Amino acid sequence: MAKHIQTIVKANLSATVKTGGCGQCQTSCQSACKTSCTVGNQVCVK
Amino acid sequence: MLNLLNIEGYRIKGNVHCYRQGDLLIAHDVNSGSLHLLDERTFNVLKAIEDLQEGKEKITLQRIIHVVAKAGKSTLTEEELSEIFEEMKELRKERTLFSEEAEVVTLNYPEKPIVKAICLHVAHDCNLRCEYCFAGTGSFGGSRTLMDLETGKKGIDFVLESSGHRDHCEVDFFGGEPLLNFGVVKALVEYGRKAGADQGKTIKFTLTTNGVLLNQEIQNYLEQEDISVVLSLDGRPEVHDRMRPYADGRGSYAKVTPLIKQFATKRPESSPYATGTYYYVRGTYTHFNLDFDRDVLHMADLGIKLISMEPVVAGPEDAYAFQEGDLDKIREAYDRLGEELLLRRAQDREFNFFHFNVALDQGPCLIKRLSGCGAGHEYVAISPEGDLYPCHQFVGQEAYKIGSLYDENPHQLKSEVVQDFRSANVYAKSTCQECWARFTCSGGCHAANVAFTQKLTEVYTLGCELQKKRLEVALYVKIKEIQQNHCPVTAVAKEVRC
Repeated sequence: MAKHIQTIVKANLSATVKTGGCGQCQTSCQSACKTSCTVGNQVCVK
Repeated sequence: MLNLLNIEGYRIKGNVHCYRQGDLLIAHDVNSGSLHLLDERTFNVLKAIEDLQEGKEKITLQRIIHVVAKAGKSTLTEEELSEIFEEMKELRKERTLFSEEAEVVTLNYPEKPIVKAICLHVAHDCNLRCEYCFAGTGSFGGSRTLMDLETGKKGIDFVLESSGHRDHCEVDFFGGEPLLNFGVVKALVEYGRKAGADQGKTIKFTLTTNGVLLNQEIQNYLEQEDISVVLSLDGRPEVHDRMRPYADGRGSYAKVTPLIKQFATKRPESSPYATGTYYYVRGTYTHFNLDFDRDVLHMADLGIKLISMEPVVAGPEDAYAFQEGDLDKIREAYDRLGEELLLRRAQDREFNFFHFNVALDQGPCLIKRLSGCGAGHEYVAISPEGDLYPCHQFVGQEAYKIGSLYDENPHQLKSEVVQDFRSANVYAKSTCQECWARFTCSGGCHAANVAFTQKLTEVYTLGCELQKKRLEVALYVKIKEIQQNHCPVTAVAKEVRC
């Protein structure tokens, strides 16, 4: 049990370079913004 | 010294964002997307190492202890520091802290763009005269006009054909105010459903409206046809009315609010991530309402559950543009909003704020994050005359016109502009390469970048600051949510959901 650092989310975003890129995702600016780039607020559809 | 951590040559700044939000000390490992909570000492140590690195100073145990003590932080012993280093090394080994950035990938695109989404400007006219309208109060700098059915059908044909092997296409009815051309909207939905089915594709329709004409008949139609709807409301009556008046100067709050409320209640199950059939109520905040958190809460108090509030993009000549000194107030508003959102969640009075939604366990892949919104090659906007532009915000700007539906080959988009937009990715922006938020904001909005820097590859710096603040609060809210739900460590591979 770590004493000083508590991991809340373990992710491996870099690995998605190999698994991602299908292009099926929703266009980011079509939804709730229309005036900004909101890729980070999207979900992957896979 | 840093070889103790096995991070010799690794720059912490831009790769690990270590910050204080509320009562939490958070470390966001940018390249892996992992999140850690730190105790006070570890936070101070990480900050000290980063400061020493940036000051190009020699990093030793004694120097770290000295920097921490000098900053008036707690006293640190060598034993404690070694303990902290051990934990950091473990996380480094499992690639969730000090993780390396993925090798630079070449973003490959087919020569002919695969356009999967269009923004159909069915009306370059509007029944409101919003002060901050980037569309020149609806006309986009041209004459007030409506799209005819033939052009709209050509637009649908265009996206169905241009989308190649993609099964899902998106069509957003936009304006001006699209409900001023409701007859054409209805005909295009019918046409699009049939044409899509004939080609084995599905079109997802969205409509963005100011709500003035959202009567019962139209609400029923939108429900029946599963059309997602983005509704504009700026918040408190005085805030909304100041910026969103009718042509005669009367405010529109009294008219649109009951209709928007009514529509929102029809879709209680809408996804906060705007998937499926959803609604979102979106507002714009300006220099006049830097306490925009109160406007978001006003909307939440109206019973609206899905709320987005965007900062205005305006030139310095506009009275409502943000001014020197506004940024701190805006940051404070996001802080307050995060706390209030958590409080209301705990009281079962939940609402969603779009920019605080970060799908840590189901977010987009790195390729998507690097390439950005896709304007100009995956997404185009179509004017009432059938002219094609990289996105809705470029409509009417001749230099950015990339083609026309009435060209002999409308799919032959102006290649140099397409290439410029394809190339304007995160790698192309020097500021982004050193920014910890680069994989979330994806280099920012092309239109805002061009408006402020005249270049696609230089960033609108105020936008960057706002984006970073929103992300800091979003991650904080996410951690609190995980803690409140007593979830185990969320791991992408296992798709543990809270």
